[in-house]
Amino acid sequence: MNASTTATAAAPSAASTTAISVSGLVKTFGSTRALDGLDLQVATGEVHGFLGPNGAGKSTTLRILLGLLRADAGTARLLDADPWHDAVALHRRLAYVPGDVELWPNLTGGEAIDLLARLRGGMDVKKRAELIERFDLDPTKKGRSYSKGNRQKVAIIAALASDAELLLLDEPTSGLDPLMEVVFQDVILQAKAQGRTVLLSSHILSQVEKLCDRLSIVRLGRTVQSGTLGEMRHLTRTTIEAETDGPVTGLEQLPGVHDLVTDGARVRFAVDGAHLDAAVRHLSGVGLRSLVSHPPTLEELMLRHYGDELSERGHTSAGAAADASAAEGSPR
Amino acid sequence: MSTVTDTAPRTGAVRDQSRPAGQALAGTGTLFRFALRRDRVRLPAWVVAIVFLTLSSVKKATDMAPEDPEKAADMVKTLSGPAMLAMTGPEHYLSELTPASMLSLLMLGYGAILAGLMSVLTVVRHTRADEETGTAELVRSGVVGRHATLTAALATAATADAVLGLLLAGTLPGAGLHGATAGGALLYGAAITVIGLVFAGVAAVTVQLSAHARAASGAALAVLGAAYALRAAGDVGTGAVSVLSVLSPIGWIQRAYPFVDNRWWPLLPALALAVGTAAAGYVLSTRRDVGAGLLPPRTGRRGASAALTHPLGFAVRLHRGLVLGFSAALLVLGAMYGSILGDVDDMLKDLDDVREALAEAGGTLVESFASTVMLVVAVVASLFVVMAALRPRSEETSGRVEPLLATGLSRTRWAASHLVAALGGGTLVLLLGALGLGLAGAASVGDGDLFADLLGAGLAYAPALWVTGGVAVLLFGWAPRATALAWAVPAYGFAVGYVGKLLDLPGWLNDLSPFGHIPQLPATELRWTPLVLLTLVAAALIAGGLAGFRRRDLEAK
Repeated sequence: MNASTTATAAAPSAASTTAISVSGLVKTFGSTRALDGLDLQVATGEVHGFLGPNGAGKSTTLRILLGLLRADAGTARLLDADPWHDAVALHRRLAYVPGDVELWPNLTGGEAIDLLARLRGGMDVKKRAELIERFDLDPTKKGRSYSKGNRQKVAIIAALASDAELLLLDEPTSGLDPLMEVVFQDVILQAKAQGRTVLLSSHILSQVEKLCDRLSIVRLGRTVQSGTLGEMRHLTRTTIEAETDGPVTGLEQLPGVHDLVTDGARVRFAVDGAHLDAAVRHLSGVGLRSLVSHPPTLEELMLRHYGDELSERGHTSAGAAADASAAEGSPR
Repeated sequence: MSTVTDTAPRTGAVRDQSRPAGQALAGTGTLFRFALRRDRVRLPAWVVAIVFLTLSSVKKATDMAPEDPEKAADMVKTLSGPAMLAMTGPEHYLSELTPASMLSLLMLGYGAILAGLMSVLTVVRHTRADEETGTAELVRSGVVGRHATLTAALATAATADAVLGLLLAGTLPGAGLHGATAGGALLYGAAITVIGLVFAGVAAVTVQLSAHARAASGAALAVLGAAYALRAAGDVGTGAVSVLSVLSPIGWIQRAYPFVDNRWWPLLPALALAVGTAAAGYVLSTRRDVGAGLLPPRTGRRGASAALTHPLGFAVRLHRGLVLGFSAALLVLGAMYGSILGDVDDMLKDLDDVREALAEAGGTLVESFASTVMLVVAVVASLFVVMAALRPRSEETSGRVEPLLATGLSRTRWAASHLVAALGGGTLVLLLGALGLGLAGAASVGDGDLFADLLGAGLAYAPALWVTGGVAVLLFGWAPRATALAWAVPAYGFAVGYVGKLLDLPGWLNDLSPFGHIPQLPATELRWTPLVLLTLVAAALIAGGLAGFRRRDLEAK
């Protein structure tokens, strides 16, 4: 028995290290192209952030992974199985929290939790009680009297009380207050420590920064970037504020330097990751008195990807924004 | 120009604020106009429907009040039976038999129910329903007084009631109704208006009690049902029991006897009750918070029972309320028709066209009448089947099914469990209708064998219900956005089967309806072939629908 455990643990097949593998996914709703060749790789055991504005195609991707929608083109593999054909078998191994939980008006929250959890194949009763306590949920209230945040809690508890190896979470904390947000992060880190895989779609950047090992940024149904936060930061600009012994000249001629502001011996500029070294050398050549650098925040990362889109929209068509939100809305 | 229009409402609001007495009512006018605009289709439709229903009974009332004294005496005898009195009103209307008094007897009670229903739904819609969705909060944060919402809602209901009463008073004298005096018509209209106001007042109280619109209208409608039941019991009963009608506001307005005695004073206690209940509503509304009810919200179980977490148990739980409601309604409907089965021969004696139409089906008059009633019962049961079979669709569009189908529950099992509830529930509902008809029918005719015959006649319709459900499933699987078309099956079945009988339609029109293939027991012989074929058609429709559902995209919220 010992031998077999070691065998599976020691020699994981190449496939089992990848929990989710999606490539070239296309999905159209009428004339709207919700997904336009989306790629996504999630390794087993990682918490993967799935970032993008409303209408980028996050929910559509998750619904395809759940076998609720059928992709028009591209491939999607989930835990080495086909999400459409093996839906039921897969669902026993995963748990899902939608972004907008609707409950049955006549059922209590506790009944809904049990219903969802038992239909998947059981749950840890102790864990259920603990989560209800931690999320401060009254399970005796009827579904119609819950607020949005409380409905969200019901789905989160039902998902996390299970022993599912994969968690698909679609903006799970919308409507939760900051205190509950902290509890949620704690619980997700716990799940990660247990070796579960988490795909967390979100547009709360601080949440992604705290929880995710890797992230994928999607825009208009396509993945625009994927990697660790560190890798992504490397690819983007760092802001430098420096005070030097004398006035700095020639900085604007260096490649990769942007938004330069000079005020006597003080400078402030942004520099591309690849040219950071040259810029700092240039400064120390003048003589550095103080140096402050800010790594790019996730906001800046996102703005970089959506910045062009925003300006594009402003110039070319106001309809682009409407198109993007229609992509999310069209499955209605 | 635009500045003038912009400031006009603002000065109005300021003026309201400057008057302390008007503060609680600030904004009422705007809310009232807004409510009328929201209901600009709904309320006129209600009013026109009630007036139309009343006027369309003129012919029936005229037929039932024959001039020939002998026939009239027969009719009085028939109508003064307990079953008929329970369905109509106090016997005193029969003391002076004219078409107008007959219309009063037949329609005042039903008109009261409809006016009450309209008022309750209107008041709930503009008070508690808005509070439940949260729009009231937005409104109340504006320059809107504490009592403005309730006042506007009551004013809206009162407007509808008043228009309804005036239309009735204005149209009845000119509707060719013999004996319809202008004064009597005015009283008839006023009685309907006043009873509408009473139930608007009742709703003003119930919306304060519960935090949920459904519970509020449910409670008000329970009062309406109780009022009708009290007057029915009182009008049938003798001695002490007859006092019961005097406890019911519907009993009061019926005692105005329009077109008979034309008494106005019985409307006074009803009017007082309307004012009293509305006042109670205002008082209670000050004792609660916006959005909250006076009664604490009911809580339930901390966890699910084992039955609930089985797909079928869950489906049964979701359909339970509807099954119970339809079962009770059909049991009563069946019993009502059953209780007059013994009088059918007398009642239809003079209605030659109806007799002919019934005779075509074969069997005795009682049997053919019973088989027609059974068609009505089956069509009503099929309404349940359509509602229940389309429940998966509303679960889908509301977004509730998504987390459910993300569990180990397959699409087929999920849809099938709803179908079992829909078809099984429909069969149960049908059976209860047949049970009511059978029990009451056998008793009123005095023939015990009729009971089993009628029960069998009801069960024979089950395959037609299954086909109806199958059509709904097929639409759900292949054309989910067109599921409303499923309603065409019961509508067509009723039109061709019931109305068509009088019109002598070609046979193929009847063959298009699943109900048209059911042997009309007990008037005709039982034939198994169409029943077996219909069952097979239903099975094929269901299999096709499920196959379609398995391969289509789920529509998300």
